Amino acid sequence: MKFYFDLLSQPSRALYIFLKVTKTPVEFVKIDLKRLEHLTNEFKAVNRFQKVPCIVDNGFKLSESVAIFRYLMQSNPNISENWYPKDAKSRALVDEFLEYQHIGVRYPCAIYFQTKWLLPTFSGKPPNEKKVREYENLMIKSLDTFENIWLASDQKEFLATKEISFADILACCELEQPRMADFDTFKDRPRLKKWHEKVKKETNPYYDEAHKNVYDIIQSKGKLSSKFDLVFIYRYLRYIKFKKFFE
Amino acid sequence: MKYYYNLLSQPSRALYIFLKLNNIPVEYKDVNLLNGDHLTDEFREINRFQKVPCIVDDDGWKLAESIAILRYLMSKYKNIPDHFYPSEIRARAAVDEYLEWQHLNTRLGCAIYFQIKKKIGPFAAISENPNEGALPIFKFLMESTLEAIETLWLRGKKFLCSDEISFADIIAACEIEQPRMTGYDIFENRPKLKEWYERVRAATNPHYDEAHVIVNKIIARSQKAKL
Repeated sequence: MKFYFDLLSQPSRALYIFLKVTKTPVEFVKIDLKRLEHLTNEFKAVNRFQKVPCIVDNGFKLSESVAIFRYLMQSNPNISENWYPKDAKSRALVDEFLEYQHIGVRYPCAIYFQTKWLLPTFSGKPPNEKKVREYENLMIKSLDTFENIWLASDQKEFLATKEISFADILACCELEQPRMADFDTFKDRPRLKKWHEKVKKETNPYYDEAHKNVYDIIQSKGKLSSKFDLVFIYRYLRYIKFKKFFE
Repeated sequence: MKYYYNLLSQPSRALYIFLKLNNIPVEYKDVNLLNGDHLTDEFREINRFQKVPCIVDDDGWKLAESIAILRYLMSKYKNIPDHFYPSEIRARAAVDEYLEWQHLNTRLGCAIYFQIKKKIGPFAAISENPNEGALPIFKFLMESTLEAIETLWLRGKKFLCSDEISFADIIAACEIEQPRMTGYDIFENRPKLKEWYERVRAATNPHYDEAHVIVNKIIARSQKAKL
């Protein structure tokens, strides 16, 4: 099985961590988003949607991180059950988060990050302040729901049940993204902060390994290191489907 | 099991059709969204996210999120035909692929486009304040999604994920009704989409049309408004 990923992508990081923690045998294939590798015809043959993460398993192609996760659990019965419980109700609670997170967590965090940091950094144009505020409000509502609803119960240690599941890894990866735009998602949210530490503890050293570049960017308060090749980034921008969102 | 729903909500319609088609024994509880019944404290006890659809099982156990509910129903009721959510690993993954993709593509594009055009208030609740300026963006997303369905998902097969209908097709059809209610013709220059849509209706009627009585009235009105 080949696993195609780029650690700039939140769901790529989530699957990367999951694969490493569970020691699932795959071939890790890096796709460089900054160099537009995902837009080549060669990669289009791997994933018709031209995105990461995706897998190819003996000719069977699959995209969408959550779909890939379920496929991995079904085809590797040795993986420890806590990641996706077998019991119908416990499993349903993990599913509940995995379905909720697309619009409930991913969308607000990613769009804030892209509007405030990704596009301005690479285009050289200042961020659209009105949009940044709008998306920040949306994101704050999402984080409040996290703190006050998802993590409110004494019945469970993690998002869905008493044990860590894939929901927790995916959620943390999404919440790291806005931090690169100098917004501390965990600040003044004690439950969120405590849970985040627990997730890292359960998945390290792989969590930190997956987030190395992310931590570098957070440290430098959003300033680019010389690692990023600006020529390629300018070309990348012409292809961003949704750059209209941020201008 | 109690099923809380409202036919103005796309995922509510999808599960409604699925439940009726398969004769799954539930108590149907219509939640009046226009009245704000989902925003009451009483309803918050039923679903902490204050949305439909959701279920409360016989023992009081609660679950939200239509796709999570689908999977739970498939695990609980063993006589539902397999093709709705296949048990074979790769066939299932193919359906999962659409069910995950659709949140930020079909759903986001179609629902928000509809919200902005119709100036719908908070109960439509994906984006807090969709405004007129955002319309071109969401129109673009909606049209890209319809194109993806036409040229990628439906390439070489009768339904989205295989040659048999699955829950992916039901939820997709329900979502693409949203722009139709604004007078937008989703089928223009999309022949495969139209054929597929009719196949989905044929495979799920009379329940599909029953779930869409109000939607069809709104579509008819929007057509008249164009003339």
